[in-house]
Amino acid sequence: MEQRLEGILNNYLQNEGNVISILQDIENEFGYLPEDAISWISDRLDVPPARFYGIATFYSQFHLKPRGKHCITACTGTACHVKGSEWLISSLTSELHLLPDEDTTEDRKFTVEKVNCLGACSIAPVVVIDKEVYGKMSSDRLMKLVKKLEKKESEKEKA
Amino acid sequence: MGTGGIAAGGEAVMSAFEDALASADIAASVKKHCAAHKVGCRGFCARDVLVDVIENGGKHTYEYIKPDMVKRIVEEHLAGGQPVQEWLVKEDYHTFHGKQVRAVLADCGEMDPEDIEAYAGRGGYEAALKSLTSLAPTDIIEELKRSGLRGRGGAGFPTGLKWEMARNEPGDTKYIICNADEGDPGAFMDRSLVEGNPHAVIEGMLIGAYAIGAQRGYVYIRAEYPLAVQRLTIALGQARERGFLGRNIQNTGFDFDIKVKLGAGAFVCGEETALIASIEGNRGMPRAKPPFPAQKGLWGKPTVINNVETLANVPYIMRKGSGWFAGFGTEKSKGTKVFALTGKIRNSGLIEVPFGISLREIIFDIGGGIEGDRKLKAVQTGGPSGGCIPASLMETSVDYESLASAGSIVGSGGMVVLDETDCMVNVAKYFLEFTKSESCGKCIPCRVGTMRLLEILTRITSGKGRPGDVELLQELSEDIKMTSLCGLGQTAPNPVLSTIRYFKDEYDAHIIERRCPAGVCKSFIAFTVLEEFCKGCMACVRVCPSGAIVGEKKKPHRIVQDVCIKCGACFATCKFQAVRKRAVYGEIHTR
Repeated sequence: MEQRLEGILNNYLQNEGNVISILQDIENEFGYLPEDAISWISDRLDVPPARFYGIATFYSQFHLKPRGKHCITACTGTACHVKGSEWLISSLTSELHLLPDEDTTEDRKFTVEKVNCLGACSIAPVVVIDKEVYGKMSSDRLMKLVKKLEKKESEKEKA
Repeated sequence: MGTGGIAAGGEAVMSAFEDALASADIAASVKKHCAAHKVGCRGFCARDVLVDVIENGGKHTYEYIKPDMVKRIVEEHLAGGQPVQEWLVKEDYHTFHGKQVRAVLADCGEMDPEDIEAYAGRGGYEAALKSLTSLAPTDIIEELKRSGLRGRGGAGFPTGLKWEMARNEPGDTKYIICNADEGDPGAFMDRSLVEGNPHAVIEGMLIGAYAIGAQRGYVYIRAEYPLAVQRLTIALGQARERGFLGRNIQNTGFDFDIKVKLGAGAFVCGEETALIASIEGNRGMPRAKPPFPAQKGLWGKPTVINNVETLANVPYIMRKGSGWFAGFGTEKSKGTKVFALTGKIRNSGLIEVPFGISLREIIFDIGGGIEGDRKLKAVQTGGPSGGCIPASLMETSVDYESLASAGSIVGSGGMVVLDETDCMVNVAKYFLEFTKSESCGKCIPCRVGTMRLLEILTRITSGKGRPGDVELLQELSEDIKMTSLCGLGQTAPNPVLSTIRYFKDEYDAHIIERRCPAGVCKSFIAFTVLEEFCKGCMACVRVCPSGAIVGEKKKPHRIVQDVCIKCGACFATCKFQAVRKRAVYGEIHTR
């Protein structure tokens, strides 16, 4: 981990970065912001960890907890909303047994997140599953896709 | 090939064309004269993938193209000279474009956005060259003032004045920032512009930098727009290679370069002072103005912040003249505006219209009317800061003043069409959910007020509304508007106020009659299976995420209401219309 953080630190020093760019680099490197990483950087730069957390919790791009293997992002833009994204999300959380304030399943296989707008409003509602964009989504099509992924995961586990 | 076109399969179509053109069974003469180009957003997203075939000046446009259709187009049209009639665009493609004026979008969708030569070939960078070599900065500012260009990000501040303010500030170090942090949900004008014509934005920034005397520029762009970031980065590299950025630009002795800053996902960073705080690496929280950014902006230096569309307009104004630009629009709102037309509309997409056009023309002539021939209920403009304009006011002219007096705003250009199946209380609640989570928390009226508004709206939509709630919403809204520091708080209650103004009957239906007229709010609906229609095919059982549907194969199913989460999956799946949505009355609460 230290080696990877060293690289991030160098990048910061060379490119006149700031706290946000450091956090963006850590997020890219680890997929979330590990507590150890923040403590390490904060020690090295002599910047209090509170400053990092203050920024990390302000912007929606940063995550303090590890995320699932499969990431399902539902767009909740206005166009997607009036075309039923709310219903899509409730079917997702129910299918994956997520509690209201949870976004990742216990086995860390799935993360469900909402995004304000992906700007693909003409094909609303939009759902992104593992970086692939699906337009004009319906709850039954979404359920089929998710159930397929779940099946694949459980088969992998058995094998 | 914008984000929408790619999601619809644009890349597969492109490579199908490349394959077909390279394959041996096409006559060599055709191959020699053909070149396939990808272009930026064409606007008519509802018909993606769109393909233009241009030969000897004649143009044929195909719609809904899939990779397997490409071979026939190449064989019959390119080689045989006979267009495939049934796949060509229909009448509505022309009505969609009929009332539009493509001024800032003139080159968008007509050329390869990743090729500076394509842009230069259409007159690109001419305006910058002319400005830098033969115009004084004050000439440029005067020309912009004459054009009447106002900021396209929402507030509508005159661009020429903004530049003049920054120009007149003392100091050698100044900055120009392009605000591409398009946070409004339901809007994608800036994304499409950056994806479709990044060089126009760069050229606009270059002219602006020269006019105000800035050496450094930033583009603050959303990380959620990977394609736009990629194309912008390519364009910046090309501009540097061609000597339009960097040191001693075009031997004029003027230095200017642009850096890309990725936003980290905060709506409030669209506000100027918050955006500056974010570039400096802090929490994006607005501060009081004055001093305005033009006086004390990035790192305390005079800074101009313009929206993407504003900057993209600049090269066209400088090239074609302020008279050309001012020829469009109304007395106070000059020029054209790009809108993202979405929602329950037939022809959704990116449109550009002159100010002064009526909402009716946009929705029925350009937009082709409502999907599924349902009834229009309202148009939501301006996103979370805007309001809903009811169907009865469709003659309203689209300009800054008229929309404001109708209780909404032009905003950055999102236009979401709502039909009779949309619940206006739910729409208001949706926007408050958004502003509540995006409030930066600095001012208490906004931080706590939006939360209280949301609580009341949630109460109403879940069947627990109380008499007096509407008045409470209004009172609270006025307080929030008056006492918040920045635009987010000052406009956050707009969706509530405008829906109360025009759709009070819907609030009353929820509170007094305990029903949702549009059948949207979950507490007022239930799903049931009609036994006589149900074939027992198990399709709904398979998609139900909560296991609420019971029944055996070939026997009628039943939905267990206590387990049902009302997600509508069964409703969408059932091929026999056996799953029905019915109204249930909310419980009456006595306090």
